[in-house]
Amino acid sequence: MSTILDIRNLTRTHGQGKQAVHALRSVDLSVEAGELVAVMGPSGSGKSTLLTCAGGLDQPTAGEVLVDGNDLTTLSRNAVAALRRRRIGYVFQDFNLIPALTAAENVALPLELDGTRTRAARKYAEAALQEVAIDELADRFPEDMSGGQRQRVAIARAIVGERRLLLADEPTGALDSDTGETVLQLLRDRCDQHGIAGVLVTHDARHAAWADRVVYLRDGVLVGQSGPLPEADALLQESH
Amino acid sequence: MSIKHGLLALLREDPKYGYQLRGEFEAATGATWPLNIGQVYTTLTRLERDGLVRPASGEGDGDGRSLYEITDDGRAELARWFDTPVTRESRPRDELAIKLALALAVPGVDVSAVVQRQRMSTMRSLQELTRLKRGNRDGDISWQLVLESMIFAAEAEIRWLDHCESMLLRHRAAGGTTPAASRAGTTPAAGRAGTTPAAHRTNDVPEEQAKR
Ligand SMILES: Nc1ncnc2c1ncn2[C@@H]1O[C@H](COP(=O)(O)OP(=O)(O)OP(=O)(O)O)[C@@H](O)[C@H]1O
Ligand SMILES: [Mg+2]
Repeated sequence: MSTILDIRNLTRTHGQGKQAVHALRSVDLSVEAGELVAVMGPSGSGKSTLLTCAGGLDQPTAGEVLVDGNDLTTLSRNAVAALRRRRIGYVFQDFNLIPALTAAENVALPLELDGTRTRAARKYAEAALQEVAIDELADRFPEDMSGGQRQRVAIARAIVGERRLLLADEPTGALDSDTGETVLQLLRDRCDQHGIAGVLVTHDARHAAWADRVVYLRDGVLVGQSGPLPEADALLQESH
Repeated sequence: MSIKHGLLALLREDPKYGYQLRGEFEAATGATWPLNIGQVYTTLTRLERDGLVRPASGEGDGDGRSLYEITDDGRAELARWFDTPVTRESRPRDELAIKLALALAVPGVDVSAVVQRQRMSTMRSLQELTRLKRGNRDGDISWQLVLESMIFAAEAEIRWLDHCESMLLRHRAAGGTTPAASRAGTTPAAGRAGTTPAAHRTNDVPEEQAKR
């Protein structure tokens, strides 16, 4: 198995001296291809900070963030941006879709920004929309969709092309419980079938339980971890 | 609940042998409730004594094992069981709640650590249950139902643990004391979880012990 995300000794401090807020302290976390990891913890414990650092959206105070072997902390801004467009998919809680673009255009955007021709990008976008089972909504605008549908578009945008790492910050936050479960099903399938490494922030234990591993943050420190799970067969034998 | 009612339910349609009942019971509950054959026969003996089942007339499987059938009283008992909601009081005492209450009452126990360990352990069960659920996507509806029930219970326990933890922090922030020791106040640092990271976790107990 190959490690897609390798976070070492990650520290993120806001401000200095007495005012300093230690959002993360010496966090280590690595995620393999095909693995889904859930991050839980109370509000303010550093979950979003961990994700933004992993996605190259925030610069750590210390430590390393390796994505597919590339250390984001030493790459140039442009190189990080390119890596983000090609290798890292990010799903935000509030979806972050562009209202003036249709579903397909939203999904195609990172590819086009990366130089893919419009036609080809559209093809990839349609394939991604099909994977999240809303290809029939390709030409709709975000405001004409339900919350769950918008979230699927956001996921399609995060998986389009050849992404290796999928980061999702409370992707089920705005959804009802059933729709939330289908989103989890989707993330799970991506990891199982396409060898993507996934990191999911959630407050919902029921959703976190879809992950292979659940890590727990408190006050910027990783305080616990559950899993990885034994193989399914072993599990069934145990219960006999 | 009782195995008793489970067996009555399985006998409702037609008479069955003990080993058959065991297999069907496990199939219906997705093997989440393993029964040994001894339990099955002990239960059948008691049901027979109470007139809720009886050996089906003159039939055996040749190895001396007999076929059981449900009686009218058994049917009435079964109907009553299905008609009566399960109350929380009828379940065994909640060992976890008692454990946490004691952890709070007895000095020198790192309650946050107890909560965290429990949370991770319950989370692990929840992960296992979820995986079983995923594996049964198009499968047996009875099993699905039992699994969902356990998933909801595990989820509730985790939420309750979260709640306990924040209650504990607020309690300490407010200078609260635990029942067992009348310690006055706590350090200001202990309460401000958000701004003084990990202070309460690593230092609390030693600090409080030191103050006594
Ligand atoms: N730009 C900033 N300046 C100062 N402090 C910040 C900044 N961004 C985040 N923080 C602080 O860092 C800590 C971690 O924040 P973060 O957003 O990672 O928490 P979270 O676990 O995602 O919380 P929530 O569950 O509420 O989303 C918090 O104490 C927060 O106030
Ligand atoms: Mg957050």
